[in-house]
Amino acid sequence: MESFIEIKNVSKVFHSRNKDFEVLKNINLEVEKGDIYGIVGFSGAGKSTLIRCINRLENVTKGFIRIGDHIIDNLSKRQMNLYRQKIGIIFQHFNLLDSRTVFGNVAFPLEIAKTGKDEIKKKVEKILELVDMLDKKNFYPGQLSGGQKQRVGIARALIKDPDILLCDEATSALDPATSLSILDLLKSINERLGLTIFFITHSLDVIKYTCNNMAVLENGVIVEQGKVKDVFLDPKSETARLFIKIHKDFLATSRAWENGGGI
Amino acid sequence: MIDIFLKAFSKEVWSIIFPSIWDTVYMTTISLVITSFFGLLFGIALLITDKDGLFPIPIFNRVFGSIINAVLSLPAMVVIILALPISKLIVGISYGPKACIVALTVVCIPIFSRLVENSILEVSKGKIEAVKAMGASNWDIIFKVMIPESLPTLIRNFVVLTITLISVTAIAGSFGAGGLGDIAVRYGYQRFRSDILIASVLTLLVSVELLQFAGASLSRKILKKRHLL
Ligand SMILES: Nc1ncnc2c1ncn2[C@@H]1O[C@H](COP(=O)(O)OP(=O)(O)OP(=O)(O)O)[C@@H](O)[C@H]1O
Ligand SMILES: [Mg+2]
Repeated sequence: MESFIEIKNVSKVFHSRNKDFEVLKNINLEVEKGDIYGIVGFSGAGKSTLIRCINRLENVTKGFIRIGDHIIDNLSKRQMNLYRQKIGIIFQHFNLLDSRTVFGNVAFPLEIAKTGKDEIKKKVEKILELVDMLDKKNFYPGQLSGGQKQRVGIARALIKDPDILLCDEATSALDPATSLSILDLLKSINERLGLTIFFITHSLDVIKYTCNNMAVLENGVIVEQGKVKDVFLDPKSETARLFIKIHKDFLATSRAWENGGGI
Repeated sequence: MIDIFLKAFSKEVWSIIFPSIWDTVYMTTISLVITSFFGLLFGIALLITDKDGLFPIPIFNRVFGSIINAVLSLPAMVVIILALPISKLIVGISYGPKACIVALTVVCIPIFSRLVENSILEVSKGKIEAVKAMGASNWDIIFKVMIPESLPTLIRNFVVLTITLISVTAIAGSFGAGGLGDIAVRYGYQRFRSDILIASVLTLLVSVELLQFAGASLSRKILKKRHLL
């Protein structure tokens, strides 16, 4: 099967005063349609930059990104704005508009696409139902908990029936229980809508729970990729091993307690 | 002393003050409308043409910013004197209320432009990036995100503008435009009529206080509605 997202030889260089920073170095990556693909990496590895290249908030310096049949680097500005509506994105800090209610926030992408009022109402209510926020549709973001805000963020990202959902640290600002409920929601959306999800996180727990395939990003280089299970059982790279070691150290403490040891 | 204070509330004093209140209100209101329009326009222009802005034109930004800074750096009195020939060009005369309005707007547009710029700068980059990622045009971003999101701060700064206008009106009043400031200077300073000075100062104080209160309440009301307070 041909992949749905193809990132080919992509490099991204930021030019500042007198120095160039190569934040992404020769990235190659393919994601199949309907997959949940995870990228894990330490802070500053270039994860957000990669996502920003996929919806072309940044232009790649070298290489290309293909989504479906489109090489996105070749799209005009107008085509790009249309194309962006086919890609949903959610953020660590939600980025909801405080001046709008839940309803208004979710309606925003439809409003800027000049959708009619009746259709907006129908669609927004349907999607709010899906994320279980319909009863809060007249609330302002200031009245919502983090988990509720992210549900609204997800609804807003899904309102235009996108093919892809990009998640940049979508659960990092949430408590563990709320994180889990958001991850469950994303998984059920993936199953029900056949959406391709591109997931970025610091947390191996989250990848393990959510993703089928993954890549490890280190200083702008993909040092390892493959099925999540394979990476876990047989990590090849130093970084992946470190991530797994940290993950296991946390588990080890509780296991020690369960066995009557530890401090 | 108490004598003068009592006299400040006499009929005679207020028969001089009242018409000048009207002059001040007239000049301030018209200047306010013009200044708000251009201040919003210029403030947004400064913001989006920045090198990291929505529509970067760094050269324009630098030149325009410098012009604004230049006007800002001069004392209001000097700007008014410089603006009087411009008044003559636009409204045909270089004294009286109309000329004063032109001078007032020249003084206050740069101030409000910067206030608008700073208010909108408070809108987080994340929000703007989020709506960009949804395919929003620059137009959408300005009118559906930047302005509504910064509205409470914009209102507060609008009050600052109004108060500044009133005080600058008082300076401009000395150029034959009338108004409260003019009365204060002509009667209070030149004719030693302390009662009239006190009455005009009180009027100015009370109106500024009321405006400040109204603006702050409105801003608070919006913040409360959005549950940000
Ligand atoms: N516009 C920019 N100009 C210059 N350097 C940038 C720019 N954006 C990002 N960088 C640099 O690129 C590197 C990667 O940033 P990025 O935000 O992609 O990291 P990240 O993996 O998402 O980190 P985190 O986990 O902390 O979010 C950082 O060193 C950052 O300083
Ligand atoms: Mg990041």
